Amino acid sequence: MSLQPKSNWELIKNGMFGENTIFRMAISLCPSIAVTNGMKNGMALGIAVVFVQTMVNATISLMRNFIHPKIRIPIFMLVIAGYVTIIDLLMATYARPIYKEIGLYIQIIVAFASIFARAEVFASKNKVWSSICDGFGMGVGFLLAMLVISFFRELLGKGELFGYSIIAGNPLLIMILPAGGFLAVGLLMGFFNWVDMKYFGGKGASGV
Amino acid sequence: MDFTKLFELVVSSALINNFVFTMFLGLCIFFGVSKKMETAVGMSITFTAVMVVSAALSWVVFEFIMRPLDLTFLKIIVFIGIVAAFVQSADTIMKKVSPALYYKLGVYLALITTNCIIIAVPLKNAGEHYNFFESMAFGLGSGLGFGLALIIMASIREKLEVADVPAPFRGLPISFILAGLIALAFTGFSGLITL
Repeated sequence: MSLQPKSNWELIKNGMFGENTIFRMAISLCPSIAVTNGMKNGMALGIAVVFVQTMVNATISLMRNFIHPKIRIPIFMLVIAGYVTIIDLLMATYARPIYKEIGLYIQIIVAFASIFARAEVFASKNKVWSSICDGFGMGVGFLLAMLVISFFRELLGKGELFGYSIIAGNPLLIMILPAGGFLAVGLLMGFFNWVDMKYFGGKGASGV
Repeated sequence: MDFTKLFELVVSSALINNFVFTMFLGLCIFFGVSKKMETAVGMSITFTAVMVVSAALSWVVFEFIMRPLDLTFLKIIVFIGIVAAFVQSADTIMKKVSPALYYKLGVYLALITTNCIIIAVPLKNAGEHYNFFESMAFGLGSGLGFGLALIIMASIREKLEVADVPAPFRGLPISFILAGLIALAFTGFSGLITL
């Protein structure tokens, strides 16, 4: 984190683009492939992540003066798991059809590196309001990435968007298969790196 | 006890429903440690061991404590707690009992808590109502499948070091495309066993 305080809007923007969870930081990759075979699922998981990330950041930030640094990891885990349980139960009740498909991945949010990382790097050191903005930005960045990936996969793989058919004819079946998910993310990541190198003089994602 | 069923479960979770290539879990670790063969092998061994034990532990807690007390809605919190506590204690015990082993595999232990597979397996065991041995077989198969994926990937990525990859695709993007191609090969396993 930079030393001078950033405005709230800058924090949100940073989460959405500068440190985009999937394309720039390359963490929390599992769901980016698992649930992006349709825009509906991608969006549902994205919204769940926005909720969890924002609430976790807010809670950790409120408690930051009371948590002993030695036991912070289990406490962060418990806070995250608590909010994941809330969203899990909510979705199981009110969004049954979607939950049947992506339920496991909602529960997996608990092991997301990105949520834990933001709690550790940002929320445990900053005031409540900026932590909320940071968490919201990060969550929305994740949501955007999910939407972009699922847009291409659903359009190419099924010829549909949100379940409405857009293109007639034979779709590319491979795009909705597991393999297509890896290919789509790989190609998109390469494309964003290329844009970054060509127009912004960046060095590409901090690849592993 | 039905050994055929257990064997089928191991094979199906390792090959057909391979966690990495068909369920997309554990990708962070998968891309993180598959750069070198040595780390990949170390991770696979540690991971499989932790997987089996934590599957067994969570099964016991789920069946004997949470189900009788109607606390199953707390499963996410409890399972992540069990895994974290087990990994932490394994870390401490290993450091004390076998420093040589700790020096080799300790690094991977710390990483394991952030692996989604480790939490997905107990959740699936609970969801599918597996019995004790089935849960362990599922854990073992998942561990082996993850190890297999890591080793395949590491052996290709070692070769990739010397390949001429276009600049924007260097590093992660090309690894994703590689993983896509391997996943395509793994779809060939579907239908090997019907459970």
